[in-house]
Amino acid sequence: MGYTENELAKDLENQEYKFGFVTNIDSDKAPKGLDESIIRFISAKKNEPEWMLEYRLKAFAIWKEMTEPTWAHVHYNKPDFQDITYYSAPKQTKKYESWDDVDPEMKETMAKLGISLEEQQRLTGTNVAVDFVMDSVSVATSFKAKLGELGIIFCSFSEAVQEHPELVRKYMGSVVPMTDNFYAALNCAVFTDGSFCYIPKGVKCPMELSTYFRINEGGTGQFERTLVVADQGSYVSYLEGCTAPQRDENQLHAAVVELIALDDAEIKYSTVQNWYPGDKEGKGGVFNFVTKRGICERNAKISWTQVETGSAVTWKYPSCILKGDNSIGEFYSVAVTNNYQQADTGTKMVHLGKNTKSTIISKGISAGKSQNSYRGLVQIHKNAANARNFSQCDSLLMTDECGAHTFPYIECKNSSAKIEHEATTSKIGEDQIFYCLQRGISEEKAISLIVNGYCKEVLNQLPMEFAVEAQKLLAISLEGSVG
Amino acid sequence: MNELIQESKVVSFVEHLPKTMLPFNNDLLSKASDVLKSIDFPTTRTEAWKYTRVGRIASISTANQVTREGKNLSREDINSTYQISKAGLTFVFENGVFRSDLSSGEFPVGATIKPLTGCDKDELALVGKSLQLENEVFHSMNTAFAVDGMYISIHDKAVIEAPIQLIHLITGKNTVSNLRNFIQIGKFAKAEIMQSFFALDAETSFTNVITEVNVAENAHLTINKLQYETEGNYHIATEQVDQAKDSTFTINTMTLDGTLVRNNLNIEVNGVNCMTNLHGAYVLKSNQHVDNHTIVDHKQPHCESNELYKGVMDEKSTGVFNGKVFVRKDAQKINAFQSNGNVLLSDDATVDSKPELEIYADDVKCSHGSTTGQLDEEAVFYLRARGISEKSARHLMVAAFIGDVLSKIENDEFREYTHSHLQDRFGWEF
Repeated sequence: MGYTENELAKDLENQEYKFGFVTNIDSDKAPKGLDESIIRFISAKKNEPEWMLEYRLKAFAIWKEMTEPTWAHVHYNKPDFQDITYYSAPKQTKKYESWDDVDPEMKETMAKLGISLEEQQRLTGTNVAVDFVMDSVSVATSFKAKLGELGIIFCSFSEAVQEHPELVRKYMGSVVPMTDNFYAALNCAVFTDGSFCYIPKGVKCPMELSTYFRINEGGTGQFERTLVVADQGSYVSYLEGCTAPQRDENQLHAAVVELIALDDAEIKYSTVQNWYPGDKEGKGGVFNFVTKRGICERNAKISWTQVETGSAVTWKYPSCILKGDNSIGEFYSVAVTNNYQQADTGTKMVHLGKNTKSTIISKGISAGKSQNSYRGLVQIHKNAANARNFSQCDSLLMTDECGAHTFPYIECKNSSAKIEHEATTSKIGEDQIFYCLQRGISEEKAISLIVNGYCKEVLNQLPMEFAVEAQKLLAISLEGSVG
Repeated sequence: MNELIQESKVVSFVEHLPKTMLPFNNDLLSKASDVLKSIDFPTTRTEAWKYTRVGRIASISTANQVTREGKNLSREDINSTYQISKAGLTFVFENGVFRSDLSSGEFPVGATIKPLTGCDKDELALVGKSLQLENEVFHSMNTAFAVDGMYISIHDKAVIEAPIQLIHLITGKNTVSNLRNFIQIGKFAKAEIMQSFFALDAETSFTNVITEVNVAENAHLTINKLQYETEGNYHIATEQVDQAKDSTFTINTMTLDGTLVRNNLNIEVNGVNCMTNLHGAYVLKSNQHVDNHTIVDHKQPHCESNELYKGVMDEKSTGVFNGKVFVRKDAQKINAFQSNGNVLLSDDATVDSKPELEIYADDVKCSHGSTTGQLDEEAVFYLRARGISEKSARHLMVAAFIGDVLSKIENDEFREYTHSHLQDRFGWEF
């Protein structure tokens, strides 16, 4: 008997989440709930300067006035913001002087996650510097010294607040203002840590910079911020990965990522998102409400690549503001949803400068009873002469109970702009399978082949180290069918 | 909150309008007036009205509605200027009021055709059946204040060869015309309806028209719609269509003039093996704003829908396209195609396009495409190299671009009428 679609559907349902373990590390937690005192508590814990606290309180005041957005094509029980722990840090908060100081439990966690920090410490020639963030507190950053020689700053956000306040004050909130949206405001008020990266003028970062996010503690929310500043003519490739333990409750993750590419700079930002998606009945899982945005000055380029396989509910639109002339924005995305997962993701390309270009390639794969939406905006402003956009959004449906949706918004105010958008929705064609079968390729292999081919355009954009992980993740997400 | 509602512009807008005298169902009427009391005009924060501001409509002073004595026109005036096809029946309405003195033609066999004012309660029992009133100011306003409109019922197996023409004239200043048409096409029947809208010495007038259509099993209906109201006038049209199995429904919407035009097409495909075609063209200049909002809701399997909308925007005009295709769960084997093309001729013109797909079944082929650009300079050069002036070359290319949509129109007379009016309005010289 061949491998049938029903078997595929069953296999998809039964695939397990591999990163669902909990690490037993004592943690230092704030009491549940959210009010000004919690914010003061977080700020005090982080030993923050006065301006930072003021910033947080201001954001909190704004957040209180806001209501949760409901326009996304997702349905979920709204999180109770008073039932979340806003601060949880692995207890041993003193700075690690050397790798040997790191808690062995923590090291084990990293090993399980496949982050070979330890190895990297020993082996030269591995080209990834990692910042490991657990429950929104940065616990380990590697390769700091080597990067320091080039003037590159790569550290946790709280460290940056202490040591580089001038840079943080200048750029924080310059792309995503605290008034931007409900979750961005919340993040501004309660963020606990994150990563900060600054590449000086003309420096090409010699290695991939990477942040690994993990939610560990139960009942906590993770609110981290990432700020990447690429000064004139510099280049950086930045990677981000995320996992969380298996829990029955819905955990909230509301992050803010800001990218600033100054004149002639280039930032490549890749994400492999694999938060716990909930079990096959749709119980538990992470709510992933993230605001990601980058701004391009003259001749700058920002490229977002994402592989989204996790989270119960995803609400995420990595965007580019193409402010400078000749700037380029790119968005490559693969979003896989399974069981009861819901994803509403896409991008915004705002063309302000002349001769700006943007490319959007979005590939959605829906399986189980999931709902997968693409929502994108291409906006050409009046002065964006010769702006160019190409968008392609394809959806692949694996079962008859899932859904795939496309909501593109195209707004053009300039007559010299060229905009193309196309979208298709289909399932794997019987003729495609038949073609493979004819050539002696089993049905399972054929599906794998087709799915891989379908995502190839996006996977090709990922840095080598990540492409392997992403391919593995795709395989896990559609395990049993995709080999 | 209550204070807010009392200040709602809707209440003051409708208070001077005469309540409908049509024999509509009482529940429907009370529901419509409840809605009008509870909501205000949509703003751009309402997703469905994101790109279209209705403030100018809301600020029409409706206090002194023109007396409906009627414009001094003759049947000959109508037939020479506004009549598109010489064959068949022609019905003329002025500001929503039926003008029998201007209407002409012979009644076909196999159809009941009359103004709504001549209908009884039973005939209008199905009015408003699938039209949404909640949160819909214009639908509710039309229901509560409909003046008149056409009742067309094509009997089972009747094939009406000649098109049925409805000519709607709007006249006077600040006129509000609420028009309602009710069309039923019987099983195995076939018909073609032409609706055209013109303004005669009208100023800041508003046409709010709803056409409800039921297409029964195996029936074929084509609606050809021409919107040619002059500058300074506003127009909102809704077509609410219900298709039964094996039926075919085609609508061609040609928008040539009007300061603000909004077309809502809500097509519910409730049967298997249906065919739905939506075609539209809009050629705009000055401050025109045209919004085509289409919904094709595939509720049953084995259907096909094709959508083609093309627009050319010049000067300070705005073209909006929002197409939505739903494929409901278990509606397998659906082929749905949606295409929107736009050409911008001026830096002050705007295009907002939102082609959407919402799909809950897996064995489907759905696609949409949207393009925005300008005339190909190389093509212009090619034509000029062959001795065609630059102006003519550009006109030729705009005409060819729109020609894709015009060529979908099967009725030659309607297509030629549209083309010649486009030619007049834009001074096309080839």
